[in-house]
Amino acid sequence: MAVSEEEKLTETSARFWKWGRQNPKDEPEGASTDYLVSLPRRVVTVYIPMVIFLFVLLFPFYWMAITTFKSNEELYNYTDYSPFWVAHPTFANIHKLFFETSYPVWLWNTMLVSVVATFISLFCAVCAAYAIERLRFQGSRLVGMGIFLAYLVPPSILFIPLAVIVFQYGLFDSPLALILTYPTFLIPFCTWLLMGYFRSIPYELEECALIDGASRLQILVKILLPLAVPGLISAGIFAFTLSWNEFIYALTFISSSENKTVPVGVITELVEGDVYHWGSLMAGALMGSLPVAILYSFFVEHYVASMTGAVKE
Amino acid sequence: MAVDVQQPSARAAAHAPSRISRIGQSKGFLSFWFMLPAAALLLLFLAYPLALGVWLGFTDARIGQAGTFIGLENYEWLMEDPVFWLAVFNTFLYTVVASIIKFGLGLWLALLLNHHLPFKALLRAIVLLPWIVPTVLSAIAFWWIYDAQFSIISWSLVKLGLIDHYIDFLGDPANARASVIAANIWRGIPFVAITLLAGLQTIPQSLYEAALIDGASPWQRFRYVTFPMLTPIIAVVMTFSVLFTFTDFQLIYVLTRGGPLNATHLMATLSFQRAIPGGYLGEGAAIAVSMIPFLLGAILFSYFGLQRRRWQQGGGD
Repeated sequence: MAVSEEEKLTETSARFWKWGRQNPKDEPEGASTDYLVSLPRRVVTVYIPMVIFLFVLLFPFYWMAITTFKSNEELYNYTDYSPFWVAHPTFANIHKLFFETSYPVWLWNTMLVSVVATFISLFCAVCAAYAIERLRFQGSRLVGMGIFLAYLVPPSILFIPLAVIVFQYGLFDSPLALILTYPTFLIPFCTWLLMGYFRSIPYELEECALIDGASRLQILVKILLPLAVPGLISAGIFAFTLSWNEFIYALTFISSSENKTVPVGVITELVEGDVYHWGSLMAGALMGSLPVAILYSFFVEHYVASMTGAVKE
Repeated sequence: MAVDVQQPSARAAAHAPSRISRIGQSKGFLSFWFMLPAAALLLLFLAYPLALGVWLGFTDARIGQAGTFIGLENYEWLMEDPVFWLAVFNTFLYTVVASIIKFGLGLWLALLLNHHLPFKALLRAIVLLPWIVPTVLSAIAFWWIYDAQFSIISWSLVKLGLIDHYIDFLGDPANARASVIAANIWRGIPFVAITLLAGLQTIPQSLYEAALIDGASPWQRFRYVTFPMLTPIIAVVMTFSVLFTFTDFQLIYVLTRGGPLNATHLMATLSFQRAIPGGYLGEGAAIAVSMIPFLLGAILFSYFGLQRRRWQQGGGD
């Protein structure tokens, strides 16, 4: 019984890895009544609105990319050049960004802070989710509720007292300030996500191991975690993106240029007085967006699946 | 299953009848160590700051100067501050208008994505982009799109002959409000759409088939099958959406910094401005704290939304 359960589970997790390779007929989703609607009607009710949505959702990115590769004379000249296209693409803006500003340092800082904060949060979240979901200690439901509420506390009401604390601990203007404060919104989120994931793994597997004399730590590391890899990946991606996106803490706790993250650096240092270098600003925005966009493009099916799981839960 | 056996004695104990009680006894101890890392970080950097923030709201703390207790003076001062009330008004306007439009468009997009479309996976990836790209960076793109002299929107509308002069998107109070709301909607639609799509896919197809056999029109199928089945998820998604919109900071900070004439100041941006560049930590904290009652309201709403979902799916945990 337990073995077949396990096989079923491995099969489920294996399916997660075959994103995009599934047979479309296997997918239960989609309105099954589609075939009743004639093609012209579908064009009007489905395809045209979809195209308009896509255009609006994508346009700012297109504009970002186009501006990045425009030379200054083209950028401000709408009479001789069509603004919607680049006549003479140039890498000058990107070159300026990487060799005349501290942008590479900001990229490195953002990467460092995001990766370290993500790993700390994942570690804490795995332990907490296991304790709440599997050890079921007294008051675990209450703690679970508390974790959910903690996720709902927004950074914009915490940054003032946190700034005071960060200053008192002597962490002001150091990456450590961000590494230690980001988990406050990452841990609740990851724990919540992993709790749902752990719940989907049959408890019988653990019982078998317990009877065989395995310790709780062994069960966690050798049984639960390998089966929860897809859940860990989605929690990791979410956490990484949330850290990469964070702004208000980085703006408040960091003052020197060499410690800034990409969002803060771009907004505070690339704007000199009233002179906006739109080319390099857009290049900065584009280069800062690419890492998360690329990461997501690999895992988007996964993202949707874990979201479905969270909603179904 | 290859699990290392610890010690023979442990194994013997595992077979003893007292096994369950033994685990029961060690549970508290184990749980303590498992919860410790998360609890320590959350208590130190979340619970303590939250309490400290409430305390700061009752003091006259400034940057570089620990405050003394002054009671409700900050709040009394805010009550008479027209800028604070303007920020409260803006926050509600921003939240209500943006949330309603996000919900409408998000639901529409979710219903569109739920059809059989070619390149379904690619479409979802594209739709998610505005949500995953850092807000500040996409806000910079909007900043450039809204530029007074070189706005591509103005240029296109002029070329189409719809307007005769460039729109001052961020310089005029009414336009600035509409512009930041539009940018917020743009960013929020994917979250609503993808989550509702996930909800749509949990609705059993048999319900639609039954409705179809009974001769229900598409509108009736939406009204009497899709919408009731989706209500609990809508409640949860909209609570999150309202919560994040209400406490938004990044978009306003990048696009307008609260200007022109404080027309786009939200409570979060006003709190930042008073506390960090302004130096009045106590006053800033008081503004931040006055957001809490509204947040609690939203959370309670979400809580009952969740309860209803449990109830709808057959009760129990």
